[in-house]
Amino acid sequence: MEKQFKITSPEGLHARPCTLLVAAVTPFSSDVKISYNDRAVNLKSIMGVMALGIPTGANITISAEGADAEAAIEKAASVISNENIGEEA
Amino acid sequence: MVEIRGIGVSNGIAIAPAYRLVEPDLSFEKIQISDTAAEKERFRAAITSAKGDLEIVRDRATEKFGAEHSAIFEAHLLVLQDPEMSASIEAKIDEGVNAEAALEEISSNFVAIFEAMDNDYMKERASDIRDVSQRILEKLLHVETMDLTTIDTNVIIVAHDLTPSMTAQLNKEFVQGFVTNIGGRTSHSAILARNIQIPAVVGTSTATEQAHKDDLVILDGAKGIVIISPTAEEIAKYEALQLEFEAHQQALRPFVDKESIDAEGHHVELAGNIGRPEDVELVVANGADGVGLFRTEFLYMDRNSFPTEEEQYESYKTVLEKMGDKPTVVRTLDIGGDKELSYLKLPEEMNPFLGYRAIRLCLDDKELFRVQMRALLRASVFGNLKVMFPMIATLDEFREAKAFLLEVKEQLLSEGQAVAEHIEVGMMVEIPSAAVIADLFAKEADFLSIGTNDLIQYTLAADRMNEKVSYLYQPYHPAVLRLIKMVVDAGHANGRWVGMCGEMAGDAVAIPILHAFGLDEFSMSASSILPARAQLAQLSQSALAQHTDSILSLSTAAEVEAYVAENF
Repeated sequence: MEKQFKITSPEGLHARPCTLLVAAVTPFSSDVKISYNDRAVNLKSIMGVMALGIPTGANITISAEGADAEAAIEKAASVISNENIGEEA
Repeated sequence: MVEIRGIGVSNGIAIAPAYRLVEPDLSFEKIQISDTAAEKERFRAAITSAKGDLEIVRDRATEKFGAEHSAIFEAHLLVLQDPEMSASIEAKIDEGVNAEAALEEISSNFVAIFEAMDNDYMKERASDIRDVSQRILEKLLHVETMDLTTIDTNVIIVAHDLTPSMTAQLNKEFVQGFVTNIGGRTSHSAILARNIQIPAVVGTSTATEQAHKDDLVILDGAKGIVIISPTAEEIAKYEALQLEFEAHQQALRPFVDKESIDAEGHHVELAGNIGRPEDVELVVANGADGVGLFRTEFLYMDRNSFPTEEEQYESYKTVLEKMGDKPTVVRTLDIGGDKELSYLKLPEEMNPFLGYRAIRLCLDDKELFRVQMRALLRASVFGNLKVMFPMIATLDEFREAKAFLLEVKEQLLSEGQAVAEHIEVGMMVEIPSAAVIADLFAKEADFLSIGTNDLIQYTLAADRMNEKVSYLYQPYHPAVLRLIKMVVDAGHANGRWVGMCGEMAGDAVAIPILHAFGLDEFSMSASSILPARAQLAQLSQSALAQHTDSILSLSTAAEVEAYVAENF
């Protein structure tokens, strides 16, 4: 399953927003991925996510596969909205 | 027992085992591994152990500076446990490569990716990866991690030199003092030691060679004495001196809440110098009447890119809020000379102190200056901000800098941002040309602050970093005293207040002279404030002023010192 978001934090998905998101999904057993511009990386990998260089205004997709996939995506969605990182597209 | 001498730069006595802060040997060989399962286990154990250390560092940083300052370590923890990086390293180990070599190869790939990005923030991440890989490597090689924040027993740091960021990490609870091989009274490590009030001796040349790990060390931060492996008698002697010093400190405590007035009730401002927002704590704890010098270049140092407007705004806001109604004098960026930034490449100069630095650089690179100016003006609504420009040599420079400040202010107001209505705009008087025409400056600047460290070196043409000519660094030289008197008089004739923010302002010999001249504000290291207030309470300005002409007619610095010793 997956969900789309639009990044609204002014610095894009760098620094604090990135740290928060990676830390939020790391405890889940499912494979969680983030894709941007047709490239998908492991959302539990801070270096992978930062290397995507996601700017503000970007449209991204978060997908998950596994036993707790739904919970993982919900968690990611709540961090994105509560921390003003972006909004559901 | 070995006794060595250096320059005592921060008073107090410390007795504790040595903690040698030296570059660790992280060399290793690439070898073929047959038991790859065991090697992966060794790698994972190193990660776990490094994780434990980093969590301690993060928790300490949170406790000391708040959650926002520990975010960097949170990010380091995520890098350390990055599943993609560890999977790549383990895949390398599976090929029969030892963990050290696998780590080195994979992490340098990641470093290269980030360094190639054309975004300063991302480039900075490359150094995070380097830091984290070094932590893992240290665990693999069983090298003790040199991490000041993990120190949890009493120690004296012994190092070649301490960078400002190292000094900022010192945990005062356990670090009793430090000794370095290089440095002088006005080097940054020395200034910071006084700010955080731990004894320090610098410029010993050989401390790192003489002191071994855990050797007992005695440090006398006033006299510049370092004793390694002392005898029982010496320990007893210094323990007694330590008690005496503490009793003296105790006796000064009541002055925290006292007004800064002399015996006749004349008030002066006794303010503190700071380099980083957290330094303001000690300034407040020592009962300062304000911050007389915020050296903002520290916000730019020990990083890989310029601090953003937002970062600077937060720093200024923190200080202004803590000081409340009390004045906070912020000096705009003073970089160049002996203060370099790794990410700002300036051409090599024959005479960096006479070169492209401070206001010269800022007026030449207005975009750089604009970021600081916006941050400062936006923060102005949180306290009593005063702004001053460093290294002003001509009226044109002051006018241009002030006009730029007003332009940025207009811009902010038109964006709907709040800016305090009355912000005093003053300048540093640290170049002899500015001192000589201080009367002209005082018509346009709201205040003058004399920067003695530079004023002395420019007046006597003696590089303060050059030991061969350090004898010429004479605060009491008659030329320096006459210039100071001229500046004070020029300020007062135009209704301006005049301050001093060099080392001289906290000097017990200089204070009576400066008070005789009528200096309005003395800004010094936090640790000097209470002794200065106690000294001031004994002085009478009207009596001192009668000596002004005699002092100004003395011929040498030595005569001045003798005169003060005899008369005050």
